[in-house]
Amino acid sequence: MNASDAALLKVEGLTKDFGGLRAVDRCSFEVPRGSIFGLIGPNGSGKTTVFNLVTGFLEPTEGRVFFNGHDITGLRPYQIARYGIARTFQLVRTFNRMTVMENLLLGVHHQPGENLLWGALRTPHVRQHERQAIERARQLLAIVGLEHAANEYCGNLSYAEQKMVELTRALMSDPQLVMLDEPTSGINPTLVNRILDYIRHLREEQGKTFLVVEHDMRVIMNLCDRIAVLDYGQKIAEGTPAEICANAAVIDAYLGTCAP
Amino acid sequence: MELALIVHLLVVITIYGILAISLNLVVGATGLFNLGHAAFYGIGAYTSALLVKAGVPWLLAVLASMAMAGFVAFVIGIPTLRLVGDYLAVVTMGLGEITRAVFKNWISLTRGPMGLPGIPHASILGIEFDTAEKFLILGVVCLVIVFVVAERILYSPFGRVLKGIREDEAAVQALGKNTYRFKMGILIVGSAMAGLAGSLFAHYITFIDPSSFVMWLTFFIFLIIVLGGLGNNLGAVVVTVVFVALREGLRFVGLPLWLNPAALQQLIFGILLIVATIFVPRGLIPERKVVYE
Repeated sequence: MNASDAALLKVEGLTKDFGGLRAVDRCSFEVPRGSIFGLIGPNGSGKTTVFNLVTGFLEPTEGRVFFNGHDITGLRPYQIARYGIARTFQLVRTFNRMTVMENLLLGVHHQPGENLLWGALRTPHVRQHERQAIERARQLLAIVGLEHAANEYCGNLSYAEQKMVELTRALMSDPQLVMLDEPTSGINPTLVNRILDYIRHLREEQGKTFLVVEHDMRVIMNLCDRIAVLDYGQKIAEGTPAEICANAAVIDAYLGTCAP
Repeated sequence: MELALIVHLLVVITIYGILAISLNLVVGATGLFNLGHAAFYGIGAYTSALLVKAGVPWLLAVLASMAMAGFVAFVIGIPTLRLVGDYLAVVTMGLGEITRAVFKNWISLTRGPMGLPGIPHASILGIEFDTAEKFLILGVVCLVIVFVVAERILYSPFGRVLKGIREDEAAVQALGKNTYRFKMGILIVGSAMAGLAGSLFAHYITFIDPSSFVMWLTFFIFLIIVLGGLGNNLGAVVVTVVFVALREGLRFVGLPLWLNPAALQQLIFGILLIVATIFVPRGLIPERKVVYE
């Protein structure tokens, strides 16, 4: 284990078989600390499966995943989250019959009030922790312009707003790595820019690392420092956006022609 | 109606109210499909009755009956709560039938279908709750305690996680929470509360037999919380009052002989459930919104 290691997340030979189908095939890449790393590829190329393997929602057939030098392969999703990896889902998964504030408060790790006894007794320690969490949630909501919706049921928000809530919820635990599965899908272009600015801001100001799956090429080329391309579960290319744009294999498999 | 009957109905309401609140924690708040609530109720009743008949003070026996119901919930939860889907429903339904079969066939202990007669009245430090009026005080105290505890749990950070599990368990896991632990916790607490209700019932009626703990009871309590509003304890209590009054009241309406009151009762409740799910799907008193000022 080496904390000064440049790679925050290291994926080695990751493989996943679903019966006879190999969804991810010996996939390896390293996400440098403080970078925004893109994962692209055609539909069914295994991007979301890689996400689920890294976050513990699926167990790899072969290969290993290292985070901060810790081997996190095969751990449960909640254990992996506690190492400092937060994620969003391809289709938004907010808690819709709960308010925005409740959604965010669920994002905080290790709350003393989540012990049945202390929670029911509402000890001063629990109440103080709760106040701090609410304060933090308000600050994050203000940044994304949703403070007015704090007490609104999540189910009553627009899809774009729910995506913002989901991202903000992921940030509540102050994770080192944020994994975003199509953060801008189904969102209008103006808002897309705001989300991208926010992601850049989090990287510049707080040094957060991002792993992003995205279909929109303009988004991915603008946002990412490095990109890995998957096709049929295999990594066919990796490099800077410029390198990916010029890569013949990528153009053939996925891009067609590349918009600058 | 005579006063004695009203007092009796009120006692039944306190017992069913405890059952409704405890099932509401498991089903309404957490979304765990528990069809074995009557089993935990029966386990509590038999544990308490047998212990007190053996000379154990009621106060200790009621704690033991809660512990026993909670322990069985723990054992049932180990294999089922790790799985996704409706396994819990199937297993708890099986538990309901198995416990009833045990009550019926372990004759040396439970006297089987003949039941356990002569269960002593509840008593605390020499105070005997030997009349319906006195017992009502005990029932109300227990109901209030259960209500307050349930509310404290529901509106704590722990209860917030329960609601999250109901909405989307995988998303809660992605937020670093071991959902298994939360589900296990609430199943044990809810079942222990049902065990308390069982003890109250045994020492109020002073006679129990396996027929008191049939699956129909679980459905009756289910109906109460669905109509009252899943996740709302006040709704559960209000509908308990209405339903118990309605159910017992039906016995005193001059029904024609060809009309079987039990069948009529089930028919009415069935129709109510259909009407309610169409017109008030969230229940009469929907889950309360948690507002942070």
